[in-house]
Amino acid sequence: MPQSASSNAEGQLRPKTNRPEVPMATAKKWLREMMLIREFELRCMQAYQDKKIGGFCHVYIGQEAVAVGTIAAAEARDPIVTAYRDHGHALARGMSPNHCMAEMFGRVGGCAKGKGGSMHMFDRDNNLFGGHGIVGAQIPLGVGLAFATKYEDEVINADKNGGKSNRVTLAFLGDGALNQGSVHEAMNLAGLFDLPVIIICENNGYSMGTSITRGTTMGHEISAKAEAYGMEGVEIDGMDVIETYGAMKELVDKVRATSRPIFVDMRCYRFKGHSMSDPRKYRTREEEERYEQGDPIGVLKAQLELRGLTEDEHKEIQREVRATVKSAIEWAEQSPFPPTSDLYRDVYRERWGPYTGSSDPEMLGGAENECKFNAIDTTIDRKADLL
Amino acid sequence: MSIATMREIEFRDAVREAMSEEMRKDMRVMLIGEEVAQYNGAYKVSRGMLDEFGPRRVIDTPISESGFAGMAIGAAMMGLRPIVEFMSWSFSLVAADPILNNAPKMLYMSGGQFGCPIVFRGNDGAGGQLGSTHSWSIEGLFSNVPGMKMVIPSNPYDAKGLMKTAIRDDDPVFFLESERLLSMRGEVPEEEYLIPFGQARIARPGTDCTIVAFGRMVNICLEVALELEKEGISSEILDMRTIRPLDAASIIRSVKRTGACVVVDQSWSFGSPGSEVAALVHRECFDDLDNYVHRVHSADVPAPYAHNLEQEYLPNARRIAEAVRSCLYRS
Repeated sequence: MPQSASSNAEGQLRPKTNRPEVPMATAKKWLREMMLIREFELRCMQAYQDKKIGGFCHVYIGQEAVAVGTIAAAEARDPIVTAYRDHGHALARGMSPNHCMAEMFGRVGGCAKGKGGSMHMFDRDNNLFGGHGIVGAQIPLGVGLAFATKYEDEVINADKNGGKSNRVTLAFLGDGALNQGSVHEAMNLAGLFDLPVIIICENNGYSMGTSITRGTTMGHEISAKAEAYGMEGVEIDGMDVIETYGAMKELVDKVRATSRPIFVDMRCYRFKGHSMSDPRKYRTREEEERYEQGDPIGVLKAQLELRGLTEDEHKEIQREVRATVKSAIEWAEQSPFPPTSDLYRDVYRERWGPYTGSSDPEMLGGAENECKFNAIDTTIDRKADLL
Repeated sequence: MSIATMREIEFRDAVREAMSEEMRKDMRVMLIGEEVAQYNGAYKVSRGMLDEFGPRRVIDTPISESGFAGMAIGAAMMGLRPIVEFMSWSFSLVAADPILNNAPKMLYMSGGQFGCPIVFRGNDGAGGQLGSTHSWSIEGLFSNVPGMKMVIPSNPYDAKGLMKTAIRDDDPVFFLESERLLSMRGEVPEEEYLIPFGQARIARPGTDCTIVAFGRMVNICLEVALELEKEGISSEILDMRTIRPLDAASIIRSVKRTGACVVVDQSWSFGSPGSEVAALVHRECFDDLDNYVHRVHSADVPAPYAHNLEQEYLPNARRIAEAVRSCLYRS
């Protein structure tokens, strides 16, 4: 097959069949979510230039349909884990833009109290198990989340009739992570143990500055890699949210019913650079413009206009998301920096108070040096406090 | 210990009893690793556990340390309490990212939202002529990382009590066994007991020199102390039991009494538990010391294969005795 610089969204996609009927209100909600992510990321870029955001910052512009479409296909109780380009997933999962922005700003109001940063968005209430900074590391974790939900069903609640939760884990990675050993080990384990996980490769064609064809064998058909692990491999259009949702919904239902893992080659394009310092010299402006024609927000807007969305309604959404993000920035700026004492918090579960160093008397068990047969509580509740 | 019904069991039995007892109590606890189930454990630590708990809770994995360690960490984030067996801690190096970058940092970087109640366990230290790659004492390398706890028992009694504590602990615990100790027999009570972390044991009381030791080295130090006794040297041996948290108070108390300190640590000397103890003692007991803290470590070379070289490489009775004599100006 002829290869362009990237072979992602242009590659062969499955025929667009079974395109779902999505109610107008739902589709408008998705349009708003995608526009919110876009606006959030644009303001993050500005804030980064203004040095309000430190470290690395990877924006999700161009890939909004992926997070919105996939997460809409799952249920709120389904665990999600992703890589470092994670703001879009956090917002699509329902994290407040205030908490997300405050985390970017390194403020105590952030989702991780300012200790995680852009690459480490965690949200327990929304079952978001991180943002993870090491490429590919989140896939073994995601497979472990699926392991735990299955274990909960089959071991802990085995004697309960109808007590199965049948949760499905969504584990996201980029195409660059496909060449990390841990990803392949995790896929092998998922296949071996029949784990209910969908491994979603957001194939934006570039691993930082290396196009997929320069770094990955079978780059034109990465879904074929799934076969080696005994799992189904599926290509999905990640630039058309209705299509993304429809295809993902089928897969989520299938995994919920079968507890078999699936690998998704989610074709998309990263409109901006890998991170804020990327001049994108490894690809042409023409290529970028070609993909910008298929901007997922523009695609959905055009589809909804055919169903009666007016320009005024669109402008109103735009006004509303601008106001939301503006107020998130204000909220973040008003949130204090974490107190210095927070440096020592959450290193360990704090049975002795905050940790203060490697030879901390507070960490010690006590002054006694004799072995004792401690009186301990042995009545652990067998009903585990799983999430 | 007279209140308990004692019987003599092996170190490996003690570890197994701890795991099995906790698995009977808490359905969230499971054992995963290479050859732990059908093979009954490469070192028979998990013998019989598959029969009792079944394949859903005693789980064989492929040779895939990075994958199954990461998977277990994900499961722990969801609330399970996995015990991960590394056949050898030497093999955990290919899983360095999950066990060092994920498990000990998850609680912190999630702002306290996701902890990681997990136990990693396996053989640590030189086995017997296993050569450079299989003879790691990983405590030197891994104890550098905050967010984890590290346990290094020296006998069956401690192994059981500390393992039970490790399984109930809400933080990631690195549990360091030794192939050379697995067949060691020792008294363990029938009754249930737990040993808290960060609480050293005085393995032998003495007055002239404090010997701070970790894991298997404690037993070698006990033999050395008998020899030194004949020379009129009374050694106090501290079995630290845990490296993180480190029972600084017990070390300080003992050194203030003896005025001399030797650290015996089987890892390499550069940036090690031994160097941490030395720094601690020099800082806290500066005016009490009659000599600088003497340290006995593995030689600063890769572990050799040849038997005689390996014996010289490891902290041994001769080197420990020399260090104590030197510390007391008796050499």
